[in-house]
Amino acid sequence: MGARHWLNRLTPYLLLAPGILWLLVFYAYPSIQMFISSFWSGTLETGFSVSLDNWTTYPDALQRYGPQFGRSIVYGAAATTICFLIAYPLAYTIAFRGGRYKSLLLFMVIAPFFTSFLLRTQSWKIILGDDGILFGPLKDLGLLGPDFRVLATPTAVVAGIAYNFLPFMTLPIYVSLEKIDTRLVEAAKDLYAGPWRPGGSLAGGLVGGLVAGGLATAFQYEVAPLAILGVVSGLLIGALFLSESFIRIVLPLSLPGVFAGSLLTFIPAMGDFVNAELLGNTQTRMIGNVIQSRFLENNDYPTAAALSFMLMAGILVAVAIYARLLGTKELTSS
Amino acid sequence: MTASTAVAPHQRPVTDRLIRFIDRNVLYVYTGFAILYLMLPVAVMALFSVNDPPGKSNLTWHGFSIDAWLNPFGVPQLFDVVRTSVLVAFISTIAATALGTLIALALVRYGFRGAGATNVLIFLPMATPEIVLGASLLTLFVAIGEPPFFPTSFLTILIAHIMFNISYVVVTVRARLYGFDRHLEEAAMDLGANEWTTFWKVTFPMILPGIMAAALLAFSLSIDDYVITSFTSGRTSTFPIFIWGSARVGVPVQVNVIGTAFFLIAVGFVALTTILQSRARRPLPPPAPDAARAEPESGRAALAEVEA
Repeated sequence: MGARHWLNRLTPYLLLAPGILWLLVFYAYPSIQMFISSFWSGTLETGFSVSLDNWTTYPDALQRYGPQFGRSIVYGAAATTICFLIAYPLAYTIAFRGGRYKSLLLFMVIAPFFTSFLLRTQSWKIILGDDGILFGPLKDLGLLGPDFRVLATPTAVVAGIAYNFLPFMTLPIYVSLEKIDTRLVEAAKDLYAGPWRPGGSLAGGLVGGLVAGGLATAFQYEVAPLAILGVVSGLLIGALFLSESFIRIVLPLSLPGVFAGSLLTFIPAMGDFVNAELLGNTQTRMIGNVIQSRFLENNDYPTAAALSFMLMAGILVAVAIYARLLGTKELTSS
Repeated sequence: MTASTAVAPHQRPVTDRLIRFIDRNVLYVYTGFAILYLMLPVAVMALFSVNDPPGKSNLTWHGFSIDAWLNPFGVPQLFDVVRTSVLVAFISTIAATALGTLIALALVRYGFRGAGATNVLIFLPMATPEIVLGASLLTLFVAIGEPPFFPTSFLTILIAHIMFNISYVVVTVRARLYGFDRHLEEAAMDLGANEWTTFWKVTFPMILPGIMAAALLAFSLSIDDYVITSFTSGRTSTFPIFIWGSARVGVPVQVNVIGTAFFLIAVGFVALTTILQSRARRPLPPPAPDAARAEPESGRAALAEVEA
């Protein structure tokens, strides 16, 4: 009996051991090794030596690649905002109005994943090309000036990132909307929750103006016309579609999904370098581009390790803050 | 109350009817456009697989030709890199599915000390940007500095792919295990089956759809991975590495052919398994909505749950 008891207690550890060992050796330990490598000096040929004196790699790297770090944060935040604006109505429709087409619609949302990430981005290069299938005809018609271009600008990079990570935003929002008990909305309507015209137009106009103004500032477009456009469209959407039951029940209950989706979009968006490389130019390089070229082209392992360690640390802080927010339920629900 | 509902629709004020009409249809129209937007690059990829560009660059439309489809590997190296990608995806899927399923079984079936830490270790790789995963593995291989780890090779690609796939397998299989009715196992034991027989005759067939979904996800993540592979591949080339390398000089039309073929195979496979599963499930009561149970820990994890 004793031996059998011990075997039973050992079973979970035996099941875990191979997989967990793999993750410890090839995920956890490399993270530590990356931190150690950031204190390296030397080259691949001469070998590396570790010294705490090499802490200066960090301020040096930050000083040299500060703009790229800043760009990653701005592009990541902009792409996350755009993803949210596109994904929320999409997830809402699938969750509440999908009916028997729900699984088909969900499948359509993830179907682009079955194409290579690089080929999807390459397709955007074709679509957004200066005389490509979208702008070529518009230029021929004289609707756009001959110098108009989107490819090789920050706009193209952010558009590419937003496209590629859209499902990461849509699915968590969908999951949290799907969980909502629709009887709550019916109860609210029974209790005279109606349209929300004045509040909706005010909130919509304000949010629309801020988002459009913020994006215009970040990408150096003319702020005034875009902000006005944002205010007007926000006002219309707010007045027409926001109801009291949405603002007071559906939106608060879906916030955990919104937070999760934002984090899951922002993390890969910030670390991305594929979009910046394929759709951008030398002025749109992000921190990912620097890390990749330092590692793979320059063999400058210490700087690259320091940069990726800072990226990882920043993201771990964001994850920790998110966990705190989810832990305190008052912040996320009602 | 009765009076107001009896009023015919055309007697309502025009603005009210307009708002009602918009309210009823605008979300569907919007969703249609959103799906179009999501599928547009896939359609462009397929369209440019029948393009007939004069030179290397395949960025503008020149005319219809099915030459590339008739000769999909008519570019040097292309066959080799596709074979490498499929091989890596195949081996890493089998390994990660086995390791991940065992972890999922341990986490759902047993209470043990360290379960919390295990969950964190499963979650973290999915929350780490791919570039950091690749970069940290490369520093490990450089620090070892000896074959077979450095210079990086086929083996190091495989190590990386198994590593990033484990977490997604765990999350997918775990979602399936949560909705599992343990009474079925107890019934099997009551009827004289031992634990081994019970597992293979009852538990395994029940969680098999979850394992299959996990394997499908792992395969598609592996075959598409560029970022992590770029750090661990060395001289070995995979299909995504080949695309990246040719992006600067011009992606050959054949790459679009293979990308389109992969897409069609994957969609066909998902459609087939969905049909088979819905047929197999029909006599059983509807499964518990396990997709909504676990908070998705990452976009791809949510994707996995949807597939499961």
